[in-house]
Amino acid sequence: MKEYRTISKIAGPLVFVEKTEPIGYGELVNIVTFDGTVKRGQVLDTSDNLVVVQVFETTAGIGRDSGVRFTGETIKMPVGKEMLGRILSGGGKPIDGGPEIVPEKRLDITGAAINPYARASPNEFIQTGISTIDGTNTLVRGQKLPIFSAAGLPHNNVALQIARQSKVIGSTEPFAVVFAAMGITKEEANHFMKDFERTGALERAVVFLNLADDPAVERIITPRLALTTAEYLAFELGMHVLVILTDMTNYCEALRQIGAAREEVPGRRGYPGYMYTDLASIYERAGIIKGLKGSVTQIPILTMPGDDITHPIPDLTGYITEGQIVVSRELHRKGIYPPINVLPSLSRLMNLGIGKGHTREDHKKVSDQMYAGYAEGNDLRGLVAIVGKDALSERDRMLLEFADLFEQRFVKQGYDEDRTIVDTLDLAWDLLSTLPVEQLTRIDRDLINRYHPKFKAGAAKE
Amino acid sequence: MEVNEKDSKIDKKGVLKRISGPVVTAVNFDAHMYDVVKVGNEALMGEVIKIQGEETIIQVYEDTSGIKPGEPVVNTGLSLAVELGPGLLTNIYDGIQRPLSVLVDKMGNFIERGVSAPGLPHDKKWEFKPLVKEGDKVIGGSIIGEVQETNIVHKVMVPPNLKGGAVKSIKSGSFTVDDVVCVLEDGTSLTMMQRWPVRVPRPVKEKLNPEIPLITGQRILDGLFPIAKGGTAAIPGPFGSGKTVTQQQLAKWSDAEIVVYIGCGERGNEMTEVLTEFPELEDPKTGKPLMERTVLIANTSNMPVAAREASVYTGITIAEYFRDMGYDVSLMADSTSRWAEAMREISSRLEEMPGEEGYPAYLAARLSEFYERAGLVITLAGGNGSVSVIGAVSPPGGDFSEPVTQNTLRIVKVFWALDAKLSQRRHFPAINWLNSYSLYLDTLHDWYDREVSPEWNTLRSWAMEVLQKEAELQEIVQLVGSDALPETEQITIEVARMIREIFLQQNAYDPVDTFCDMKKQYDIMKSIKLFADLSATAQAAGVTPTQIIASKSKNDLPQIKFIKDYKPELEKIAKEMDDEFNALRAAA
Repeated sequence: MKEYRTISKIAGPLVFVEKTEPIGYGELVNIVTFDGTVKRGQVLDTSDNLVVVQVFETTAGIGRDSGVRFTGETIKMPVGKEMLGRILSGGGKPIDGGPEIVPEKRLDITGAAINPYARASPNEFIQTGISTIDGTNTLVRGQKLPIFSAAGLPHNNVALQIARQSKVIGSTEPFAVVFAAMGITKEEANHFMKDFERTGALERAVVFLNLADDPAVERIITPRLALTTAEYLAFELGMHVLVILTDMTNYCEALRQIGAAREEVPGRRGYPGYMYTDLASIYERAGIIKGLKGSVTQIPILTMPGDDITHPIPDLTGYITEGQIVVSRELHRKGIYPPINVLPSLSRLMNLGIGKGHTREDHKKVSDQMYAGYAEGNDLRGLVAIVGKDALSERDRMLLEFADLFEQRFVKQGYDEDRTIVDTLDLAWDLLSTLPVEQLTRIDRDLINRYHPKFKAGAAKE
Repeated sequence: MEVNEKDSKIDKKGVLKRISGPVVTAVNFDAHMYDVVKVGNEALMGEVIKIQGEETIIQVYEDTSGIKPGEPVVNTGLSLAVELGPGLLTNIYDGIQRPLSVLVDKMGNFIERGVSAPGLPHDKKWEFKPLVKEGDKVIGGSIIGEVQETNIVHKVMVPPNLKGGAVKSIKSGSFTVDDVVCVLEDGTSLTMMQRWPVRVPRPVKEKLNPEIPLITGQRILDGLFPIAKGGTAAIPGPFGSGKTVTQQQLAKWSDAEIVVYIGCGERGNEMTEVLTEFPELEDPKTGKPLMERTVLIANTSNMPVAAREASVYTGITIAEYFRDMGYDVSLMADSTSRWAEAMREISSRLEEMPGEEGYPAYLAARLSEFYERAGLVITLAGGNGSVSVIGAVSPPGGDFSEPVTQNTLRIVKVFWALDAKLSQRRHFPAINWLNSYSLYLDTLHDWYDREVSPEWNTLRSWAMEVLQKEAELQEIVQLVGSDALPETEQITIEVARMIREIFLQQNAYDPVDTFCDMKKQYDIMKSIKLFADLSATAQAAGVTPTQIIASKSKNDLPQIKFIKDYKPELEKIAKEMDDEFNALRAAA
C-alpha cells in the first residue's frame, strides 16, 4: 500500500493531504505517526489535488512527517457471534483483555437504509414493567423511543430498568442488548456495567465504551459500530436486539466540533445544517424486516441542555424518533421514581401494539382518559396557587386530587418493581374510579361496564 | 425529440474532479441545467445543479462512498422526468420514482445503489379501450382512450406538449405501455405512457376559483376550517402534535378521487404503517380498498438527501397528471420542512450565500412555485380537475416564526395550527381553534347552505363565538376562579367545553368516529346548540347554573360519536334534555 507524506495542513480533527492518486469518498485512512502509532480516519472530501481526512482520534503526534495510507475501502466492522459478552472501545477494539474478535463478516458501518417496502409494521408489545411506559407510552418491538433527560436526573436507572425488565409476553426468542456509551464518565459506565453483571445481562450484551476522556471524534463512529453489530445480530442471527445509546448530546457536540473545524456554514446554535439527516442515519436503523426473525429496538438517551426541549438536539431527535419519554426535574424533586412526565411524553407506535390481541381492549381509551384527567388536574394546580382550593368547583377539586393520585400511585414505583400490563391497567381503573363516571367521556359505556371497579363489582354480585 | 437534437452537439462524457458527499464536480463536460447524468463507474443517478466556468456541479441521488476523482460522468441529455401511465396507482416509489417493491427484488431489504428501475411496469399488459376514432381531431391533452387500472379508470392522453392532429389509426386490445396504440396523420405514434420533467408544471387551459370543499370527515376541518378542492393548506406543528396522523387521516378519508402521499424525509415505520393499513381500509364512497386510489412516495429521512429534494416534484407531477384526466386529486406532503432542509443541505455544499437560518435565498420562491401547482382547472381536454395540496411543516422547537412556516403561510389559504399543549392532554386532532383559519369560508358559504343546511353557516359562527368567548373567560378564571364568574358565563364555559370535547375532539382510532360526514357534524353541533338554548331559557326562568351544569341528560351526548346509526339515540337524548329542562323550569 502506498504511503503519502504530503500532509499540508492539520486543523482540529482534519488532516489535508496533497498530491495523491485518486482517492474514494468515504475511504478508511490510516495515518502512521513518527513513533509508529496508527490513527484511523475517513475521507470527507476528495478531489484531484487535495484530500480532506477526518481523524477519529486525537491528532496529537500527527505532523508533516506522518505517513498517510488510503485503504481503498470504506470503514468496515468485523462482526461475529462471539461478540456477545464482550466490551469494546468506542472504536470497536476489545478492551476487556479478551482476544480479538474473529470476524464472521465485515460490514460497512454506514449501513444502508432499510427499504420502507421491506419493513414490517412493528406491533409486538414490549412490557417494560413501568406503568408510565406500558400504560401510557407503550414501547413496541422495532421502535426507536428516546429518553429525554437532563443533567442530574436518574435517566440511567430508567434505561437500566427498561433493559432489565423488558420482555414480550409469551416469547422465548433470543434477545440481546447492545450498549453504546458516548462521552459518559467512567463512573456512569461502571454503574451500567455493574447492573449488567448483577443481573447477568452482560453475557447477552455487546458493550461499546467511548468515555468522557476518549477522543470526541471517535463518538461519530461509536453508534454506527453499535448499530452495525445490532443489525447483524438481528437480521442475520435472528435475535431481538435492544440498543441503548447514551448520551446522544455528546454525539451531537462532536458533530458540531467537526463542522466547525471544516468551516461549514452553521445552522441553529452552531450545529451543522445536516444534523437532521445525520441523526436520521442513526435513529432510522431500527425496525423489523418482513420475512426475517429479529428486530432492532432503540432507546437513545439524551440530556437536554438547560432542560430545554426546543434545543436542536432533542428537537431534531423528536422529529425522527417514534415518540419520547421525558424525565422531569419537578417529579424528581418530589421524590417520585421513575420521574417520567407523561404529558410531553409520547409513543407514536403505541396504537399498533395495544388493544385486543396485544394488551387489552380498554388500553387505548383508558390511557387517553388518564392523560386528559392528569392534564386538567395539573393545570388546576396553577390556579389553586392563586385562588385557593375553596374557589374551585367540585369537579375541579376531584381532578386536582386525581393528579396527585396519578403521580403518587401510577407514576411512582420501585426500581425493581416489575408491574404487568394487567396490573397497570387495573391500577389505572382504580384511579379513574375516583372520578364521577360521567366525567369519563373518553371511554365508551361498554368498557366502563366491563372494567370500572364499581360496575364490575356490581355485575359480579348479580 | 427536440432535447436530443440539441444535445447531440455537446460533449456527453466528462471526468469527476471532486467528491464531497452528495455533491460532485465534473470537468471536460458540457451539460445544461437540470440534465440527468450518470456518475462514476457505477453510473449513479445525478442532476446538474450549477455550472461554473469549466466545472459542472452535480447532485447525486445515491450514496457516493468510494467514488474517486477521475471516474467518468455521462450526460443523458434528459431532464429529471417521471413515467406517467397505467401502473402508477397502488405503487410506492422513492423520491426519483423507482418502485420500492422492484428495488427489494433487485437489491434486497436495504437500499443499495447503482440500480435503476423504471417507474411503470413495462411488461404488464393493459386492456386499452379507444375513445376516439380514425379521423377525429386531437390536441395535446386530449383523451384518446382508457384503461381500467384499479377501480379507477385511467384515461390515456396525448402528451400536452404535442400539437396533435387527426387520428390516422387507433387500436383496441391488450398492450404494454411501450406498444403504439394510436398514430396521428403527421406520423406521431402514441403509447399509453408519457414522460414529463418533474420541475415543469403541466399546462392547463385555465385556472378557476375553487368553490367546493374537500370533505375530509374530520369535524374541526370540515366544520370550522374547510379547505376547497383545488386549495392549499399547511399543517405546522411541533413534534408529537399529530401532523402525521392528521395527514394520514386526510389521505384516508378526503373525498378526492386520487390521493398522492409524499413521505418526504420522514420515518420508515410510518410509511410501513400506511402500506399495511391502506389496502385494508375501505373508501367510504366506493367500498374499495383505499390503496386502489393511492400513489405513495417514500423517501425516508435516511435515504439520499438529493432524492428527498426531488420527491416533492415527483409527487406533484403525478398529481397533475391525474388532474389532467379530470380527477380531483389531493396531495399530502409530509413534511415540507424536510424538503426545505434538503435544499439547505445541498445549498451549503455548493457554498452558496445563505439566507435566513442557513436556508438558501430561493427558499420562498421554491415553496410558492410548488404550492402554485395546486388548483381547480379546466384541463387541456376541456374537463374539470383539481389538485389540492396539504403540506405539513415541522418548525424547529414548534416556533412558527421560522422561515419555512412563515414563507408557507404567505402562500397557503388554510392554516391548521397544531398545538403541543392540546396533544399533551390528548385533545386530538390537536388543532388550535383560535389560531387556525380558512380563507375559503366565503367561497364555500353557498355550498354549505345548499348541501348541509341553511342553518350551518350560522351554527358555525355561533360555535366560533362561544370558543372565542371561552378563551377570554378562561383568562379571568385564571385570576379569580370559576365561582366568581357571572351566572350566564358559567353556562358559556360549559357549552364551550361541550363543543371542545364533543365536536372538536375526534378519535382517529375509533372505527366509527374516525370519519364523520357533514350531516352528522351538523346534527352534533345542533344538539349542543339545543343545550345552550335550553339553558338560556331555563336560566331566564330562574334555574341556577349549578343545576343546569349538573343536568344528567346531556351526559350521553359524547357517546353519539361512537355510534354508527346515531339518529335514534340522538333523538332520545334531545327528548330527555327537553324533559329534564322542563322539569327544572317547573321546579324553579
